[in-house]
Amino acid sequence: MTAHLLYGGAGILLFVLGVWSFLVHEALLRKVIALNVMGSGVFHLLIAIAERGSLPPDPVPHALVLTGIVVAVSATALALAMGRRLEDEDDAR
Amino acid sequence: MLDSLALAVTVPLLAALLVTALPGRVQTLGVIGAIATALVSLQVTVQVWQHGSLRSDPGGWGAPLGLALEADGLSAALLAMAALVALAISIYATGYFREGERRLHFWPLWFLLWSALNALLLAADLFNLYVTLELLGLTAVALGALTGQREAVAANLRYLLVGLLGSMTYLLGVVLLYAAYGTLDIALTGAAIRPGPVASAALVLMTGGLALKAAIFPLHFWLPPAHANAPAPVSAVLSALVVKAAFYLILRLWLDVFGTIVTPAAAGLLGLLGAAAVIWGSWRALRAERLKLLAAYSTLAQIGYLCLFFPLLQATPEGPARDDLLAALVLMAISHGFAKAGLFLAAGLVQHSAGHDRIDELGGTAQHLPAATFSIALAGTALIGLPPSGSFIGKWILMTGAIETGQWWWILVILIGTLLAAAYMFRVLSRAFNEAPTPRRFVTQASTEVPALLLALTSAVVLGLGAQLLWRLMGFGVVA
Amino acid sequence: MNFDTLLPVGIVLTSLLAGGFIFLVKEESHVLRGVLNLSGAIVKLLLVGVMIWGVYHGHVYEARWMLAPGLELVLHADALSVLFVTLSSVLWLVTTIYAIGYLEESPNRSRFFGFFSLCVSATVGIALAGNLLSFVIFYELLTLATYPLVAHRGTAEATRGAKIYLAYTMGGGVLLLTGAIWLQVLTGPVDFVQGGVLSGSAPALEGQLIAIFVLLLAGLGVKSALIPLHGWLPQSMVAPAPVSALLHAVAVVKAGAFGILRVVYDVYGVAYASSLGLLTLLGILASMTILYGSIKALSQDGLKKRLAYSTVSQVSYIALGASILGPIATVGGMVHLVHQGIMKITLFFCAGNYAETLGIHHVSQMDGVGRRMPWTTLAFSVGALGMIGIPPIAGFVTKWYLGLGAVEANAHWVLLILAASSLLNAGYFLPILYRAWFRPPPEVWPAEHIHAGRFETIGALLWPPVITAAFCLIAGLFAAAPFSPLEWVELIARREHGL
Repeated sequence: MTAHLLYGGAGILLFVLGVWSFLVHEALLRKVIALNVMGSGVFHLLIAIAERGSLPPDPVPHALVLTGIVVAVSATALALAMGRRLEDEDDAR
Repeated sequence: MLDSLALAVTVPLLAALLVTALPGRVQTLGVIGAIATALVSLQVTVQVWQHGSLRSDPGGWGAPLGLALEADGLSAALLAMAALVALAISIYATGYFREGERRLHFWPLWFLLWSALNALLLAADLFNLYVTLELLGLTAVALGALTGQREAVAANLRYLLVGLLGSMTYLLGVVLLYAAYGTLDIALTGAAIRPGPVASAALVLMTGGLALKAAIFPLHFWLPPAHANAPAPVSAVLSALVVKAAFYLILRLWLDVFGTIVTPAAAGLLGLLGAAAVIWGSWRALRAERLKLLAAYSTLAQIGYLCLFFPLLQATPEGPARDDLLAALVLMAISHGFAKAGLFLAAGLVQHSAGHDRIDELGGTAQHLPAATFSIALAGTALIGLPPSGSFIGKWILMTGAIETGQWWWILVILIGTLLAAAYMFRVLSRAFNEAPTPRRFVTQASTEVPALLLALTSAVVLGLGAQLLWRLMGFGVVA
Repeated sequence: MNFDTLLPVGIVLTSLLAGGFIFLVKEESHVLRGVLNLSGAIVKLLLVGVMIWGVYHGHVYEARWMLAPGLELVLHADALSVLFVTLSSVLWLVTTIYAIGYLEESPNRSRFFGFFSLCVSATVGIALAGNLLSFVIFYELLTLATYPLVAHRGTAEATRGAKIYLAYTMGGGVLLLTGAIWLQVLTGPVDFVQGGVLSGSAPALEGQLIAIFVLLLAGLGVKSALIPLHGWLPQSMVAPAPVSALLHAVAVVKAGAFGILRVVYDVYGVAYASSLGLLTLLGILASMTILYGSIKALSQDGLKKRLAYSTVSQVSYIALGASILGPIATVGGMVHLVHQGIMKITLFFCAGNYAETLGIHHVSQMDGVGRRMPWTTLAFSVGALGMIGIPPIAGFVTKWYLGLGAVEANAHWVLLILAASSLLNAGYFLPILYRAWFRPPPEVWPAEHIHAGRFETIGALLWPPVITAAFCLIAGLFAAAPFSPLEWVELIARREHGL
């Protein structure tokens, strides 16, 4: 039970930290990292709820985490690509 | 028999593959793919019309694991709207992106977006909704930045980040619900949900995250630049369909998941935000210097009208009056979809012809393009909510609901919003009357002007006169 | 679907379809556009003829279309709708001929005639609307269809006039909409029924019903130019003459006045409205408007402006008639719907002729114009004398019945209003007639666009006012003949008052 709380609580803490960081920081890279921290928080929480004591862990949250990571990676890639595009233009000026 | 629900998702996916693989025939394949996608989507609507709700389980996993697809009257109505609007936009795009790189980039992204949209409208589980929402967001951002101009890229990058924040917040809510009730299926979660801190937290997180994506006031700041700087067909999709998809999710959750735990105060808050959006969005639209910016702010106001329905739905007991409100809500959403798509497409023509879209300098162009101006006028009729548009019927029922539930203050908001909308639309339309030379004919470029005109005509006339079909589609009794 | 359903639909659609096709007509295809215009107008007139005959013999023409639960679009022909439908279709035909002549060689004619036809469809829809929802729909459509006509010229002045017109009518529109929805929430769908539908309402609802009446009256008062809602009318004078004729004589102001008649007679019921004290309100507003419009007209030098203020005044006779309890006053008010229409359209046609032919826009330029343009001036004189109420012209019939009705209802103050208004009418019309007939003409006209040939101006401009002036005489001289406006209105009044 404590492990649940520890993992879950840490997940929520990570999420909150991510939101805070997303809102206060201007720089693109920081925002992208903040989003990823938020994502990690959510995934953390999912892993925590998959734990079912003596039973084998619930596979559904694991599947969700995997899918979630794929989505997060692609979104991050797109954000970075667009950010790069803006920087290139700034450099060209 | 092939599963029509799965087809509505896979056909556009296949089209996306084809246009990527055969760039030489991108226009032809694009039109064929668009027609095919529209047909399979409409087939779902027809089946819902005939048999009521449909459900399928393409993966064979079964509830409660989910991954099921489901179509009820609400999703079927929006699916049909998406199919027709997207088809018109596709045809317009063949005339708009005549050559060059952009044409090659547009079509694959476009079909991916369409696929994600259909999947979102048909998804029957909360996590599927997350995935489709992200796919929709990513493709929308990529399309929005298609011009590659600095403002467009910057605006859409912001849109992307805000969207990610929204979907992450939504996802956290999904996780909370799964932790509490052990299922992701919408219907099962809705049946199991009990009032309590977890459910309330999930409601706030999911609604908040989606409100960001649906640009509900005051979380709208990203929308006007993103929508106004995209190429015309993309702006049309973003305003008519993508924002609507996020709103659809809020509605779906409030009806089917959180139906039992929503409090009047929560619904009232959403209504209040809607009212603020109506006034603020309309006011900013009136002050906008550019036509596309005007259209974008008008979207903000229109989403506000949809939010006004929540406190009324909350206060109305189950029965015909509530059915009417719900149908009116969908009718307004659909009318706005057609009208806004038509408006953006027409605005694109004006911009293309004038080289800019500054309203005060549009005079000669507006008069030079009667079909485009006419489309703007028809779309404007629907945006203002004048008869015989679908939004007129919607507004009538909205105001009826406000009087019946004793919440008359919303009427003031609606009236002010209507007058402001009239003011901003006629500000544009008055430019069409000037002493520039008479145009020689009504239509100059059929492939772009006719789709815009048909979309606008649908919103302004067809949806109003045919509104009762929606009641039937949604399974509400129509008293003959 | 049978003939009785199709007829009202057909009457609305003839001009709607004609309008739709006209938009698509290439600018230079004058003949095609003219054919579409005239065939639409003539077919409509034939259908209306059939309808008159049927309604007279107690036939019911009705079409219903379900929009949503509880919201039905209803076209229903009763005697009052037939009166207004006939007026609009006859005057549409005449105005179309006039407009074709008037706009020769001017830009954007496809757009103009397209909206012109839509405008008539909306007017006919208003006339045939069988319930309040349908009325609101067509009433708003009329606003939309007339805006482009007012803005048509595209000058800064026209845009400004159109903007003012829109601000007033949109504002009125939302009030009307609110009132209509509120009423429907209280009573269910509000069908127009002769004698009214509200007379049995619970006493507890009276307060709300009064508030609703005020909302409806505010919405309708804008178009019928009741003070203080009349401000748009003189401003929209910038429109081309056929549009002014249409706005002032047929479509817009009449839509408002017709709506007031509908609300008083067929929604509230005249007796019930009177018991709520609403008729007094209406009577006071109407009387004030009559006097105010006439006084303002006295000091206008612009001919069209003077006519516009005259309209403000004259249209309120209709509301005045509705505000007096009793069948005779009803006759006086309703018949003025037609009489004011034919007289005012004559005057506007003539004003347009003076402007197009000689460049005369002001009363002060009209010296001796009767010698140069005798037929036009003769028509103008008939209209003006009719407005004053000189027998045997139509306007006399109106004032006679209004006066009789006032005596019957013991509302003697109305006689004072009528007398004062007639004096004022004489005060602003007789000087024009004096100038036109008895002053010597100037050496040169302000801007002579059309030189006298076989006629004083081109035929398409000359015949319409002559024809409508003849109507004014006939409506007065043969007021007692079957199917005259007066006889028809007496039929309506008998039905409304259950006699």
